[in-house]
Amino acid sequence: MSALAVTARSARRSHTGALGLGVATLYLSVIVLLPLSAVLVRSLDGGVGAFWDAVSSRQAVAALRFTLLVSLATAAINVAGGTLIAWVLVRDRFPGKRIVNALIDLPFALPTIVAGLVLLTLYGPRSPFGIDLAYTQSAVLLALLFVTLPFVIRSVQPVLIELDREMEEAALSLGARNATIFRRIVLPNLVPAILSGAALAFARAVGEFGSVVLISGNIPFRTQVGSVYVFKLIESDAPVSAAAVSTVLLLVSLAVLLGIRALGHWGARHDR
Amino acid sequence: MILVERVTKRFGDYVALDDVSLSVPDGSLTALLGPSGSGKSTLLRIIGGLESPDVGSVTIHGEDQTSVAPQRRGIGFVFQHYAAFKHMTVRDNVAFGLAVRKRPKAEIASRVDELLEIVGLAGYQTRYPSQLSGGQRQRMALARALAVEPRVLLLDEPFGALDAKVRADLREWLRKLHDEVHVTTLLVTHDQEEAMSIADQIAVMDHSRIEQVGTPRELYDRPETPFVMRFLGPVTQLGDALVRPHDIALSVEPRAGSFEAQVARVVHLGFEVRTELVLGDGQELAVQLTRGEADELELAVGDIVHVRSTVLPRALATRAPEADALSA
Repeated sequence: MSALAVTARSARRSHTGALGLGVATLYLSVIVLLPLSAVLVRSLDGGVGAFWDAVSSRQAVAALRFTLLVSLATAAINVAGGTLIAWVLVRDRFPGKRIVNALIDLPFALPTIVAGLVLLTLYGPRSPFGIDLAYTQSAVLLALLFVTLPFVIRSVQPVLIELDREMEEAALSLGARNATIFRRIVLPNLVPAILSGAALAFARAVGEFGSVVLISGNIPFRTQVGSVYVFKLIESDAPVSAAAVSTVLLLVSLAVLLGIRALGHWGARHDR
Repeated sequence: MILVERVTKRFGDYVALDDVSLSVPDGSLTALLGPSGSGKSTLLRIIGGLESPDVGSVTIHGEDQTSVAPQRRGIGFVFQHYAAFKHMTVRDNVAFGLAVRKRPKAEIASRVDELLEIVGLAGYQTRYPSQLSGGQRQRMALARALAVEPRVLLLDEPFGALDAKVRADLREWLRKLHDEVHVTTLLVTHDQEEAMSIADQIAVMDHSRIEQVGTPRELYDRPETPFVMRFLGPVTQLGDALVRPHDIALSVEPRAGSFEAQVARVVHLGFEVRTELVLGDGQELAVQLTRGEADELELAVGDIVHVRSTVLPRALATRAPEADALSA
């Protein structure tokens, strides 16, 4: 290729870059930054004192704590289950694999309120299997697992497909057992994808409303999650308190997401 | 010694190996040479236990290995694309085989340092594979394979991903390393020059079968099939026979068994002079001369000369025309 062509191409690329940056900034501002800032500003409408009162009430603290814990549990179970399912989908052969692969994304397509209703029917007081989880913390966890299923699977799958199989064969010829190969060769290469999937699942779990609102029973101090508590506050005409609790939910999520990212960077420190 | 006996391997309808037998002498460096798709990598992977044969057996040092897991075959395997553990340092890569054998830490550390010294990577212990060049990565992979003191070293196109200069250097280096370490080595390559320059013994493969096994010299001078003749070096057709271009003599006067030909082109390449001739029946013929021979004949385009083979016509030329057509 001639030097001229190279120059022209790189010039065009930088031009696109500037435009791209502008569009991306505008888009992010309208879609993300502005609404989040509005929540933050609204939460301080009543002053710092009112903010503190709203988020430190016993019910708010209980709801926030339960949300955080159940979301962390959701992310953790997804790490194990999602990685396993991704592994089976990539490495194993079985009839109907393509159909199973297509089914993974369906929890996204189902309106979450419908998901909640279905779960309540299956695992509620009139469960055909005799399993009644309705209005328990387990039910909340179940609903969150359902709606967050695809995240870890879909982030691990492509990495697993691209993973150099010869690394595993080299380890095999060097005498490593399959468990050792998985732990020392495969897993370290999947960690960044697993973490990013876990982060998405966690964030989704923190904000999830539709699927938990029915099955949780919304029992304060037991099964009430942050999003449903916020909804209650809005219904009882306390929008500033709702904004304050939302702000704390956002901040906690941000802290956890940053933590997961830091873990990912630490894990991928060799990939430069 | 590695002994492969009557191995057949199918992938679905495709026959990758068709009744293949081979023996690799202890301490030798043997090359499996053939075009891509000839089955040479499959044979190597079967010896290493990464594939299992449908029929036949693999024996290493007198022990039947056909159904032994690759972990317990005592082999070192080196791959074309290095298969570096990219999340581990050079030290951890080389130490891997010893670490899974639970050897003492101090022993591992000194063995790793010793091996890195041998492969010329001393001082690179804390680097990651992404910080090494291709040639360095492959030398690291060799050190990793040698660390477990394998009975057999299996190399699958080890220089295939490297550029020509590095490839030639590493080839020489591997030969020297082999002379020092003496581990029985089987190397897969599609490059006849590579095989000729470093192997003690070459097995030429084509279409899922071994065509011929011998020293580089034997294969070059006494090929048993037209395919081997063609694959090991340049050939040209003289009458009914396949001849190497340097095995043809030119003279001004006719000699016994000579053909009349007209000079079509003369290319001077320093010491070597390449001549293209056209025979009476229109057939083209390539002849390789030294500069001295060409000067003596005062060759010029349009001259009429007489050509004859300086070696006995080969039996292979009359053999199996369909085999000839396949290799074309």
